[in-house]
Formats: sequence, structure tokens, C-alpha cells
Amino acid sequence: MSISEIRAKFPILDTKVYGKSLVYLDNAASAQRPVSVVRRWEQLVNSENANIHRAVHKLAADATEAYEQARDCVRDFINAASREEIVFTSGATASINLVAFSFGEAFIKPGDEVIVSVAEHHSNIVPWQMLCQRKNAVLKVLDIRENGELAIDELEKLISQRTKIVAISHISNVLGLVNPVQEIVRFCHSKNVPVLVDGAQGIVHETVDVQALDCDFYAFSGHKIYAATGTGVLYGKKRWLDQMPPYMGGGEMIHSVSFAGTTYAPLPGKFEAGTQNFNAVPTLIPAIEFVKACRSSQEVEEEQAKILDYVYTKLTNDNRVTLYGVPRGNKVPLFSFAVKGVHHEDLALILDKMGIATRSGQMCAEPLMDRLGVTGLLRISFAPYNTLDEARYFIECLHKAIGMLL
Amino acid sequence: MTLEDKKQEIIEDFAIYDEWLDKYEYLIELGKSLEPFPEEKKTDDHLIKGCQSRVWLDAEKKDGRLWFKADSDAIITKGIISLLISVYSGRTPEEIAADDFGFVAEIGLKENLSPTRANGLVSMIDTIKKIAENG
Repeated sequence: MSISEIRAKFPILDTKVYGKSLVYLDNAASAQRPVSVVRRWEQLVNSENANIHRAVHKLAADATEAYEQARDCVRDFINAASREEIVFTSGATASINLVAFSFGEAFIKPGDEVIVSVAEHHSNIVPWQMLCQRKNAVLKVLDIRENGELAIDELEKLISQRTKIVAISHISNVLGLVNPVQEIVRFCHSKNVPVLVDGAQGIVHETVDVQALDCDFYAFSGHKIYAATGTGVLYGKKRWLDQMPPYMGGGEMIHSVSFAGTTYAPLPGKFEAGTQNFNAVPTLIPAIEFVKACRSSQEVEEEQAKILDYVYTKLTNDNRVTLYGVPRGNKVPLFSFAVKGVHHEDLALILDKMGIATRSGQMCAEPLMDRLGVTGLLRISFAPYNTLDEARYFIECLHKAIGMLL
Repeated sequence: MTLEDKKQEIIEDFAIYDEWLDKYEYLIELGKSLEPFPEEKKTDDHLIKGCQSRVWLDAEKKDGRLWFKADSDAIITKGIISLLISVYSGRTPEEIAADDFGFVAEIGLKENLSPTRANGLVSMIDTIKKIAENG
């Protein structure tokens, strides 16, 4: 698949903003959707819309089949051992909240410890803080090095007999560095501590094999990999999910209900209470097909490598710019940076008027901003439909914007 | 100049710019020439925290009129602040409280005021209104 073929699948890329061609560089917040996803979505609403898992009528059977096929597709995509280990949620945030609640209910006692890193998204901090408050447990924080890498050597000092779980991102949504999650999992397992990997960004850039990674939980959102919004996945090892109580009670998640007591449905239904997002979840199938097609395209791979190289070189060679997340070896095309004497909001506003969609601010990672000593940053993040020409245009516009502001 | 005349003047000033970037250039100039905000007043009491830019606002009442001083760490926001101050500073609380602040949208800066941006500017306008309403 060529990049022009890919671009043709995304009508939104032809949008004009303020009379300029849209250059969408906010993919880490949400990717765009290809026509295959939109068509499938439409088809589900127009022809296969019925509540799933219940009624015996034809539409319900079709809708259920589409939904469950998505589970098989996701299982295959991340190589989970069984389909029972794939729980659908509304997104990575919901997936992490589910674990923080249910794992917490089952395993966390007063004085126990949970470890997160300072570079986490709020979604991988706040659910654990809430858990620790609820259970009188302690939240410990793994630091980063000056270059943005996780200080994994400090994990050994941080982890203790009381540590019950470690929650870490696969790729930081600010630093754009691939964390050594395999190494972290191996180390934590040697101390009998399970690991949750926040894969919201990881799933976008890396081929994930949860069995090879051996993580205990892996959470991600559908909308960042081109599927419909409101879709999300929690992968959990069966042995953990089996021991965890349900997160929400309601329809679907039960086996039998009586006032004397209720028994729960087997996995994964136990964690899917209430009406599921059955119009959206099956769009994970065309979305994953698209991701796979991009990953097997040499042209995409080469263009992404050129973009990474070009932007990295331009930003690191500009002495007005400070790039956060420096190590070149594990960098993905996601760049957060500050410009000396210039506010990130001003840059984002001006770039917007030049047609470029960027992200500015704290990127839902306030503790990391504090750690870096900044009030916010400007972030650009690339997807397979982005081109080197767009990267060049961005750098040109960045220079213009800085010129206007200084 | 009356409040209405002043607003009209700003709307006309902005009407000469067709290009967005020219509007921003103008705002940046306004921001740079804003009267300095006393450093000792950059305290949490005066801080209006937005998601992205921070805004500091100080109000003083003299002879029945409100006088505002403000600052921001973002220059475009500072430019808009400068506009707001030029319009509202030196007016009576009644005049300000009765105003709808709609002129900011009229000069095409509505998106800078969108609550979804959650920037300090929205909160600044709310604060100016509140100060005026409390007299």
C-alpha cells in the first residue's frame, strides 16, 4: 500500500482549515478514521443494529456475531492465549480503571504498594491514586533520567515485599520513547509482581505480542488505531481475571440473579456489564486490517523513518528548541518540545492558522510537566498518512511562528 | 469615549486584517506593549489558572470606577487581555456588569474564548464580570 493510497482512504485529510490544507499532527490524541471503518460503522447501524447476546432474532444474531468476531480479531492482533482474555471497554482509561478497581478489590490491602512512573498519562495515575486512597495503600513513583528514559535501575530499590502491581506505559504520550516493558515485566515477575502495560500509544507504534511480552494486563483504545471512538480493550491473563470481582454490575455480566445471591457470567462477560458499544466495536476489524497493511508497507516504513529522522534532526539542531524524550534508538515519531521564550499555546494557535493541528499544554501528564519543570509543551505526532512534505512544512511554519513570537 | 464607541473602534481596527496571521501579529504587538504587571502581584490570589496559559488579574476601584491590570505567560492571550483592558478599565461596575463581552467574538477571536480551550482568558472575563457585579 502506497502513502497516496493510504491518504485516499481518509477523506478528512482533504479538509481545508482557514483556507489552508489540513496537516494533522495530533494523532497521539486521536487518529483519523479510514473509509473502511466508517462504512462498517454505517453498515452496523443501518443493517445489523440490535442488542447483542440476548434475543434470538436474526439481527441480534448478526450483531452478536460481528461483536464476537472483533474479539477474535483483537485476540489474534495481540496474540492473546484465549478470547476470554479480551475484555471490551470504552477505552484505555476504562480498561485501567477496571483493573485498578477489580484487582484492587481482590489483592490490595492497607500498606500495600502500587508503582507507576512519573511519565504516565493521568489515566495511568489517577485510577491507582483512587485505589490507594480507598485501600490505604501507597503509590510509589518510578523516576525518569534526564534524557527522558525510565530510570529502570531504580525499580529494584522501589519494589518491595508489599508491591502488588506495577503500572507502566509502553510508550509515553509525551516523550515518545518505547519503554523496555519486556525487561520491566521480567524483573517484576522475578519479584512475583504483576505488570499492567498502558498501551494507548504502544499499540499504535509497536507490534504487540502479549504472550511474548508476558505482561499481566495490556490496555488500549480503539480510536488511536483508527477504529470508532468509544472502543477499548483490556487484555488480562485469565488467571488474574478469574480471581478479580466484577467492576460493574448489571445486565450481561451475570449468570443467575436472585435476591439470595447472584452468580457471575464466565469471562469475558463478567467484565462487560450493560449494553455494549456493539455498533462500534466491530470497526476494530477493518481498523486492525488497516494497521496491518500499513505495517507491511515498505513505503510507509521508509517514510516514517524519514520523518522521524528529519524532525528529530531539525529539532535537536535548533538551539531555541528543547526536545523532551531524547534517546534516538527508542524514539517513535512523536515529539514534545519547548521553545525558549515562547509559550506553547501561542505556537499552537499560530500553527493552527497555518493549517497544522498540534497539541499544546500538559498532555494529561501534569506530574511529568512538573518533573520536567515546564508549564506545558508543544507536541506533534505522526501517523502513516503523514508525509515527509508535511514534516517539512511543519518545520518551516514552526520557524515562521517562532519569528513572529520572538 | 463610551464603552460602545471603544468596542466599535476595536472592531474596526480588526476589520482591516483579512489574514489570520496579520490579526495575530497585531495581537502580539498589543501583548508586547501591555503595561507591565507588578511582579509582586503575581501571586496565587491574582492567578487565573487555565489549562494552557496563565493569566494574572488585579482590579482596583477608584472614584467609583474599576481599573484593571493583567498579564499572561502567553503573548496572544496577553494581546487579547490588552484589548479587554483598553475597553473595560476605567468604567463603572454597572457599565461592565451590563456588558455581554460579545465584541471579542465579533473580532473573530471567539475560538480563543471557547470554554473547551479552558484557557485563562475565559476565566478572566468571568472574573472581570464577577468583580463588576460585586461592585
